[in-house]
Amino acid sequence: MFDSLNQIFTYHFMVNAFRAGTIVAIAAGIIGWFMVLRRQSFGGHTLAVVAFPGAAAATLLGVSATFGFFAFSISAALIIAIASKRGGQPGAALSEESAVIGTVQAFALAAGFLFVSLYHGALNGVNSLLFGSFLGINDSQVVTLLIVGLISLAALAVMGRPLLFAATDPDVALARRVPVRMLSVAFLVLLGLAAAEVSQITGALLAFALLVLPPATAQLLTPNPVLSITLAVAIGLAVTWLSLIVAFYSPYPLGFFITTFAFAGYLLALIWRRSARRRYVAQ
Amino acid sequence: MPQTAQQPPALELLRAEARIGRRTIWSDANVRIGQGEFVAVLGPNGAGKSTLIKAALGLQPLSAGQIRVIGAAPGRANGQIGYLPQRRSFDASMRIRGVDVVRLGLDGHRWGVPLLGIFGGPRQRQAEARVAEVVELVGAGSYAERPIGELSGGEQQRLLIAQALAPRPQLLLLDEPLDSLDLTNQSSVAALIRQICRDEGVTVIMVAHDVNPILGYLDKVVYIAHGGIVAGKPRDIITSEMLTRLYGVPIEVLKAANGRLVVVGEPEAPAAHGNRHVR
Repeated sequence: MFDSLNQIFTYHFMVNAFRAGTIVAIAAGIIGWFMVLRRQSFGGHTLAVVAFPGAAAATLLGVSATFGFFAFSISAALIIAIASKRGGQPGAALSEESAVIGTVQAFALAAGFLFVSLYHGALNGVNSLLFGSFLGINDSQVVTLLIVGLISLAALAVMGRPLLFAATDPDVALARRVPVRMLSVAFLVLLGLAAAEVSQITGALLAFALLVLPPATAQLLTPNPVLSITLAVAIGLAVTWLSLIVAFYSPYPLGFFITTFAFAGYLLALIWRRSARRRYVAQ
Repeated sequence: MPQTAQQPPALELLRAEARIGRRTIWSDANVRIGQGEFVAVLGPNGAGKSTLIKAALGLQPLSAGQIRVIGAAPGRANGQIGYLPQRRSFDASMRIRGVDVVRLGLDGHRWGVPLLGIFGGPRQRQAEARVAEVVELVGAGSYAERPIGELSGGEQQRLLIAQALAPRPQLLLLDEPLDSLDLTNQSSVAALIRQICRDEGVTVIMVAHDVNPILGYLDKVVYIAHGGIVAGKPRDIITSEMLTRLYGVPIEVLKAANGRLVVVGEPEAPAAHGNRHVR
C-alpha cells in the first residue's frame, strides 16, 4: 500500500497534482463555507463555469490559460455584483439576482463554445476545461494557485467576522456600520478567485464538487462555525487526495471521482443528521 | 426611571420631517424621550413607524428639522443602540448556533476573524462571559447551542434580543418584536423587555402593532398617523376618543375586570389613506 503511494510521488506531475489539489481544497473549503452560508451557491457555480470561456479565450489569444481563468471569473463576479441591485446580499431580491446569474452563465457557456470554434486547430483540451484534468499541472501554475489562494485567504481573514454578520443579519450589521454592500462585492470577487482556482482542477462544470459539497456537508454535521470550517477543509482534502490516488490507478477521469466521493460524503452526512434529529425529537 | 439633568434625552425630534421619494411620511414632529423610559410607537401600517426607527439609526436622513440620539447626531450613537429590525426569521437551513448570532451583536462589526479567538485570551473570555450572561438573561440557555434556523419564532426572538443587548446598549430600538409570536410568547417577551428596561436602565422604544401586551408597562406613547407624530402619556393617548380619531375607525378602550386597559377594534390594515406600503 505504502509502496504504491510512494510510487505515485515518483512522478512529478502527480506531486504537482497533489500540491495544486491541496491548495485548491483548502481555499475552496473556507470560501465555499461562507458561500453556502450566504446561499450564493448558484453564483459560485456560475463563476466557475465562466472559467471555461476564460481559458478558451486565453488559448485563442495565445496567453496563459491560468490568466484567462482568473480574468473571466473576476469580471463575471463584478458584473453580477453590479447588475444585481443589492450586490448579492443574501435574501435580497433573490429572483432578480438569479436571473442575472443565469444569464451570465448561459452567455459564458455560449461564448466558450464560440472561442473553441474560432480556434481552428483542434482544441483538444475542451474536455479537460469542462471536466478537469490532473495531468500537466506545471510548477508555475502551482505557484500561481498558491499565491492567489493565500491572497484570498488573507482577505477573508480581515473581513471574516463582519462578513458573517452581514450574511446572517444584514439589517443589524448595516445599523452597526458594517459596509454590507462593499463586503458583498468583495466577497463575490473572492468567490470568483476561488471558483477559478477550483476550475483548474475539477474543470469548469464540476467545480461545484469542491466549492459547495464539502462546506455543505460540514454545515450539516455541526452548527459550530470553527468546527464547521475546519471540517469543510478536511472533507475537501480527503476527497481530493483520495480522488487523485484512485484516478492515478484507474482509466477514468478525476472529475468523476471528486464529484462521486464528495457527493457520497454529503449523502452520509444527510442520513446521519436525519437520524440524529429523529433521536432528538424522540427524547 | 428618574431623569437627571446631565443626561441627554434618548431620542429628541425637533420639527422633524421624513420623506421617501417625493412622499412626505411625517412632518413637524416634536418628540422627547427621556433615558430609561419604556415607549411604544403606535400607528396604522405605512404611517412611518419603521421610518422613525431608521431615522434614529441614521439610515433614513431627515428632509427637515433635527433628530438627536443620546445627545448625538443620528448614526453616531449606533454603538450604544441595540436594534431589532422588523420581522426577521432565520431560514431553516441557517446552520449557525444561537450563541454565534448573539456573539455577532457584540463584535460582529469588527474586522478580523472570530476563529483566532479559540486560542483564548482575556478579551475572548470576557466576550464569552457576556454572551453567556445575556443568553441567561433572556432565558435562552437551553437552546442557544442549537442551530438558529431550527428554533421557533419565540426562541429566535429571545436570542435576537440577547444579540441586541450584548454590547450593553443604552437604547433599544425594537421594530415589532412581538409580531409573529403566539399569545403566551407575546406576553413573556414583553415582560422580559420591561424587566430589561427596569433592571438595566435601558431606554426601550418599541414599534408595536398590538398595544395590549405592553399596555401596562408604558411610560410614554408615540403615535404616528395622518403625517404627524403625537407623543404623550398613555392615559392621554390610549383613550377611545383619541385612538378613534388617530386611526379613523371606531376603537374602544375598555377596563378589564382586573383593572387593566384593553384596546378593542384595533384595525389590522386601515384603508383611510392610499399608498401605504412604506415601512
